[in-house]
Amino acid sequence: MLEGYRGKALELLSSLGAEIGDVLQVYNDKVSVKGILMPSYSRDDSVIVLKLDNGYNAGFSVNKVKVSLLEKGNRPQERSEHRELLPGKVKIISTGGTIVSKVEYETGAVRPALSTEEIIRFVPEIQEITSISAEILFSILSENMKPEFWVKIAEAVKRAFDEGSEGVVVAHGTDTMSYTAAALAFSIQRLPGPVVLVGSQRSSDRPSSDSGINLVSSVLLAKEAPFGEVVVNMHGESSDTYTLAHRGVKVRKMHTSRRDAFQSINDHPLAKVLWKERTVKVLRNDYLRRSDGVELNPKFENRVFLLKFYPGLRPDIVDILLSSGYRGIIVEGTGLGHTSSDFQEAFKRAVKEGLFVGMTSQCLFGRVNMNVYQTGRLLQQSGVVPLGDMLPEVALVKLMWALGQTSDLEEVKRIMLTNLVGEYNPRHSLDHFPRWKHE
Amino acid sequence: MSEYEKMGLKVGLEIHQQINTSHKLFCECPTTMDEESQGELERYLRPVASELGQIDVAAFFEWEKGKKVVYEVPRRSSCLVECDEEPPHPMNIDAIKLGLAMTLAFNGEPLDEIFVMRKTVIDGSNTSGFQRTAIVGLGGYIKDVDGVITIQTIAIEEDAARKLEETPTSVKYNLDRLGIPLIEISTGPDIRSPEQAKRVALLIGQMLRLTGKVKRGLGTIRQDLNVSILGGVKTEIKGVQDLDMIPKIIENEANRQRELLRIRDELRARITREDFAKKVVEKDLTELFASSRSRLIQSELKKGGKVLGLLAPGFKGLLGRQVMPGRRFGTEISDYVKALAGLGGIFHSDELPNYGIVEEEVQRVAKELGVGELDAFILVVGPEEKVKKAIQVIKDRLSQAFEGVPKETRAANEDGTSKFMRPQPGSARMYPETDIPSILSRELLEDAKKMVPPTPEQKLKELMKMGLNEELAKQVLNSPRLDQFEYLTRKYVNVSPTVIATTLENTLKYVKSQGGNIDKISDGDIEAVIASVSQGRITKDSIPQILLEYSTPNSNVGIESVISRYTGISEEELINLIKEIVAQNSEEVKSKGEKAFSLLMGKVMERVRGRAEGKKVAELIRKVMKDETG
Repeated sequence: MLEGYRGKALELLSSLGAEIGDVLQVYNDKVSVKGILMPSYSRDDSVIVLKLDNGYNAGFSVNKVKVSLLEKGNRPQERSEHRELLPGKVKIISTGGTIVSKVEYETGAVRPALSTEEIIRFVPEIQEITSISAEILFSILSENMKPEFWVKIAEAVKRAFDEGSEGVVVAHGTDTMSYTAAALAFSIQRLPGPVVLVGSQRSSDRPSSDSGINLVSSVLLAKEAPFGEVVVNMHGESSDTYTLAHRGVKVRKMHTSRRDAFQSINDHPLAKVLWKERTVKVLRNDYLRRSDGVELNPKFENRVFLLKFYPGLRPDIVDILLSSGYRGIIVEGTGLGHTSSDFQEAFKRAVKEGLFVGMTSQCLFGRVNMNVYQTGRLLQQSGVVPLGDMLPEVALVKLMWALGQTSDLEEVKRIMLTNLVGEYNPRHSLDHFPRWKHE
Repeated sequence: MSEYEKMGLKVGLEIHQQINTSHKLFCECPTTMDEESQGELERYLRPVASELGQIDVAAFFEWEKGKKVVYEVPRRSSCLVECDEEPPHPMNIDAIKLGLAMTLAFNGEPLDEIFVMRKTVIDGSNTSGFQRTAIVGLGGYIKDVDGVITIQTIAIEEDAARKLEETPTSVKYNLDRLGIPLIEISTGPDIRSPEQAKRVALLIGQMLRLTGKVKRGLGTIRQDLNVSILGGVKTEIKGVQDLDMIPKIIENEANRQRELLRIRDELRARITREDFAKKVVEKDLTELFASSRSRLIQSELKKGGKVLGLLAPGFKGLLGRQVMPGRRFGTEISDYVKALAGLGGIFHSDELPNYGIVEEEVQRVAKELGVGELDAFILVVGPEEKVKKAIQVIKDRLSQAFEGVPKETRAANEDGTSKFMRPQPGSARMYPETDIPSILSRELLEDAKKMVPPTPEQKLKELMKMGLNEELAKQVLNSPRLDQFEYLTRKYVNVSPTVIATTLENTLKYVKSQGGNIDKISDGDIEAVIASVSQGRITKDSIPQILLEYSTPNSNVGIESVISRYTGISEEELINLIKEIVAQNSEEVKSKGEKAFSLLMGKVMERVRGRAEGKKVAELIRKVMKDETG
């Protein structure tokens, strides 16, 4: 197989009977070098990619060099089939993402492919912490995550606890990790131990990857933390010093690339994990304790929309959603929870038709308050429900879940306004807001 | 046939030169050093498998040390890319073009498609744990008087972070240098003598300078040497900064390999490798040294340490054999122990009694280990875990002695010797950099052609055409300040190129010889002086005085205020001054008449040197004298 090759290069390589891993010679009047044929990730279909003796990959256009097959080589070894390890005290469920990714030759990009065993081989010290079992649930990048996958993850988590695990680690891509965290938090009502979502911002195929430390800390957390909550555990700062366990319904990815991208919003982290010292430092005492069993209710209604208001947005979008069969809208309003007054009528119609319309703020920090300005009051009169300091994405997931439980609007409203797993923080203090250095 | 030809000496060079681009290779930070820190980062690195599924031995070697890496984060010349907190930006195309231009200059073949690779380096010098590097060209050659030297590869890569300090448990770097583009030129193993290596390095360095696009100054060019002799092994010696040291380092390495081969032959005559392996014995000798007078042993024992002894069958006299000036075969083993087991060193029987270990103890050790006529022994002292590891390291190294020269990467010492640094990395250390799309070279070749440096002969002609005499032109041609000469002559067209060349090549040397601190004189200072000449504020004659005064040790005066002291004197002021001096010396002038001229000239020049040209002064003195005497 000639992975990634096309056009002229493919034609020539096929005529030579060459395969990936064979040793080829390329030559013209100026150079003559040999190298191992690599899968192509070239931008040009006349280019063949060789790995030279010194380890460099180099591209040669078959228009400019002659090519001959020197010797048949070994195809780069296929990864061995994974097998499930015996039940352990901590179970690692792998769903994909950077934390388990490696190079994709066709595009030259990173793809999720490492097996859980490979993760364990990569971070052998996790086995010093406790016995580990592992399962590859699926290998998808987190941008391809869907509510039906949340259900599968929730079921796998339950299975792990039923098998006797004391804690569960879910390896997940970071982009939508907080959505999954919220989905698990709402759909698993009682937890006998922590469910730790972990990812990495630097892929595992680089020596500076944060995946090793994040994984070690997560296993430690899963085993030792006193809480039965869904948390996201990632680097606490750019340095490799500690990780922070954020409550799954109060966390957000706040940077595209930094290791410490995940931050608790309107909340403080639950725990700090010192990986070198192998200790978990619990930072608060208002956590949900480990329960004696696990209860699952993973049903989600997909037809929910997250509407970000912006100047000029026309209210007809609400009617479109209404006519498309949507069952609920979370509005990411401005400031304290506003849209333009044009929306009052549209929302009124929607609520009358049985849609739930909830209000959050695009400020992210702080809570909505729809009593301060007249617009807010009028929106409330239209049936829009203010959702306090709940994050827009968390409100969205919660509404999906609530609509999965019941179609009774009043009941949905009751669920949405009940603080189920700490998604509301009724008290904000001064230190719930980050400050940037300016001098 | 020379001595080195007889030895079958083969040398290849790897020349790394910083490129003077406006920004770094993978981000928009400037390529300047920066001491102002905005904080520190603390990181740990771990090795990963390459795309072929292998882990690099050199990478594992570093990882086993488990070091904490601390980075100082400079405010101006680093960003999230250096912190490894943001993916690299697209590659600096100017750097690639220079690589292609040099490929063309060597008559080599530019690669059609350029792939950035990650070269695993986990000593911490790269925050990512790898150095990003890309071959841009293959093949080509240069001509040396002793023959043609082939060029193997031309690569563009990022410079590493600047090491500040190292302790047994941590290492600290500054991120300012990380990511500065380097061009790496590797020659084939075609060099046959130590002197030729230096010539080739000079020639390549000169070609690079002739592009006008490389940096100069300490640490901007570094040479690695690959040295082997017949029967020996290609040994990589890293970090040679001083060109003049190249021949000596090569001589020492060639001799080291020859000595190791001689040791091998003597060993083989005494004992087979299999017998060695069978007879080698290790023993805990802690008790034997319980009341030793050796201070080192006592201090280790107090900390709960151990003394282990190793019988080295067949090695008598060989451990003490000199392999390089001041370095014995025992030193080579000691280096392995330091690097691989983290112990301070070893004691061996060829150097004992010494270091507080007395003859009686030597005898007892020999008896304890059963040392025979042709045998040697080695002692290691320290924490149990480390001495055990050390013993294994020593056994491995002694066993390698039966093969001759082990494959290793060595670090150059300042005295021209070298020491073991780490095992040689293999090709498993390279894997593709997936964050950067590949680059098709054909889109860049037109621009690259324009950057191909002229040959030294062409450039010499060009310089002489500008009015430099041959000697000065040659000086400029060979000077690291060639780029500065070009910059200044282009910018200040009304200043004679000879004046600029003289300032750069001779005046600075003069200033240094007069005790000036020329490190203080920056490019900007020199430009300020040339600019003042260009504006007519000062005369060219005042340049040496200005630079000397400015660079006087302990002087804090800025260049502008020194220049202002030398700004020209008006003709009227000059005439008044001459009149004053003539009046002061009226007797002499009267008595000597015309002959008093040189006296007056001397006195006037003493007052106005640097502010007025001699020719003008002479003219005015004659005029005043004529007026006075009528």
